[in-house]
Amino acid sequence: MISTKDIANQFKEGIITKNPVLVQLLGMCPTLAVTTSATNAIGMGIAATCVLICSNVFISLLRKLIPNQVRIAAYIVIIAGFVSAVELLIKAYFPALDKSLGLFIPLIVVNCIILARAEAFASKNPVLPSAIDGLTMGLGFTLALLAIGSIREILGSGSIFGIQLFGDSFRPIMFFILPAGAFMTLGFVIAIVQFACGKAEQKELNKPIPVPAVKAEVEEVTEEPAEEETVMEDSEIATQSDESEVQA
Amino acid sequence: MIELFLLMLSTVLVENFIFSRFYGICPFLGVSEKPDTALGMGCAVMFVITLSSAVTWPVYHFILEPFGLAYMKTIAFILIIAALVQFIELFLRKFIPALYTALGIYLPLITTNCAVLSSALLNIERGHDFMYSVAFGFSAALGFTMAIVIFAGVRMRLEFADPPKAFRGMPLTLITAALAAMAFAGFSGVKLG
Repeated sequence: MISTKDIANQFKEGIITKNPVLVQLLGMCPTLAVTTSATNAIGMGIAATCVLICSNVFISLLRKLIPNQVRIAAYIVIIAGFVSAVELLIKAYFPALDKSLGLFIPLIVVNCIILARAEAFASKNPVLPSAIDGLTMGLGFTLALLAIGSIREILGSGSIFGIQLFGDSFRPIMFFILPAGAFMTLGFVIAIVQFACGKAEQKELNKPIPVPAVKAEVEEVTEEPAEEETVMEDSEIATQSDESEVQA
Repeated sequence: MIELFLLMLSTVLVENFIFSRFYGICPFLGVSEKPDTALGMGCAVMFVITLSSAVTWPVYHFILEPFGLAYMKTIAFILIIAALVQFIELFLRKFIPALYTALGIYLPLITTNCAVLSSALLNIERGHDFMYSVAFGFSAALGFTMAIVIFAGVRMRLEFADPPKAFRGMPLTLITAALAAMAFAGFSGVKLG
């Protein structure tokens, strides 16, 4: 069984430290395309989260039955099945959302986040952790979309969730609704995240190393900076390997 | 004939798959580091999209639609694309090994390229006939290739840039892509056909 600590850890990873969009840089197509408004962003996020939870559970259940050679094809069929179900549900109950998201609902099939979680997590873990992983990664995706969608909607049309925020004198910046604005906003948001990550790492490194004796010898003091440098190099290598994984 | 040409021109420039439609962003950001790899990826994508447009159209109109299975098109198309990519890989390895070594490494990535699935779905949604479908698929891929090759050239230059630490890597790439998208937005006022 999994403890509450594990669950809390999974939530932290999915939403902050391993956020699928802002840190792992997966699923860029829907992130750029549907974030013209906060409502669209939430709709897309929830649809993808539902598919992610269902596919993770299903793949986790079948993980011992699917032969290794055809696993990607099998995952895609499972994901496509759930996407079709979600697509039909949205068409039936939220026709407005269906209209504004358009082709990007069926395109959830080829969303890298879902395939990546299936391959990296659900195919190796039991059902319950896989379901929680789907939920947390989906939440991370939704929150990232919501952040970008809110920025673009506030700047680009002066409203949030369709409610006008400013008076008549406000002239919205059309740029942020256009495709170019999507690239620009995402670029700046990722830059902020990288800046914050860098700051957090620095903080971790600058933490005073507890020295038991009050009379610290001079030799020890000179050694400490060298240790810090090696730690920093390690963490840099780790982030680099993460990036190369994403690109692969 | 002139209509077909206009459709192709507007698909390549006005509705560019990368810069105005956001289909196929993952390979665009992942593979566009050097112009020659970008061109390899682009050619592989062109090959697969044109073929998949030619295959998915008859499958939808002669199999799915008559049997009332239109709602299955997402599953059917992704299966066709996956099978097609596998088939092309085998075929090239056996008969055109030179092309296989050039395109080989990019082929498996194409199954999950949203440009392929979306051009197949767009063909159905817009009611293109067979000729139009193939032309649309080909020109969509041509636009994709053009964007990815141009951008690879830009990215080569970026390697020598010295941005603030937080902007290194993806953020700088995205902001450069925003500038490229602004250039392509210039075509959006052009009404063709």
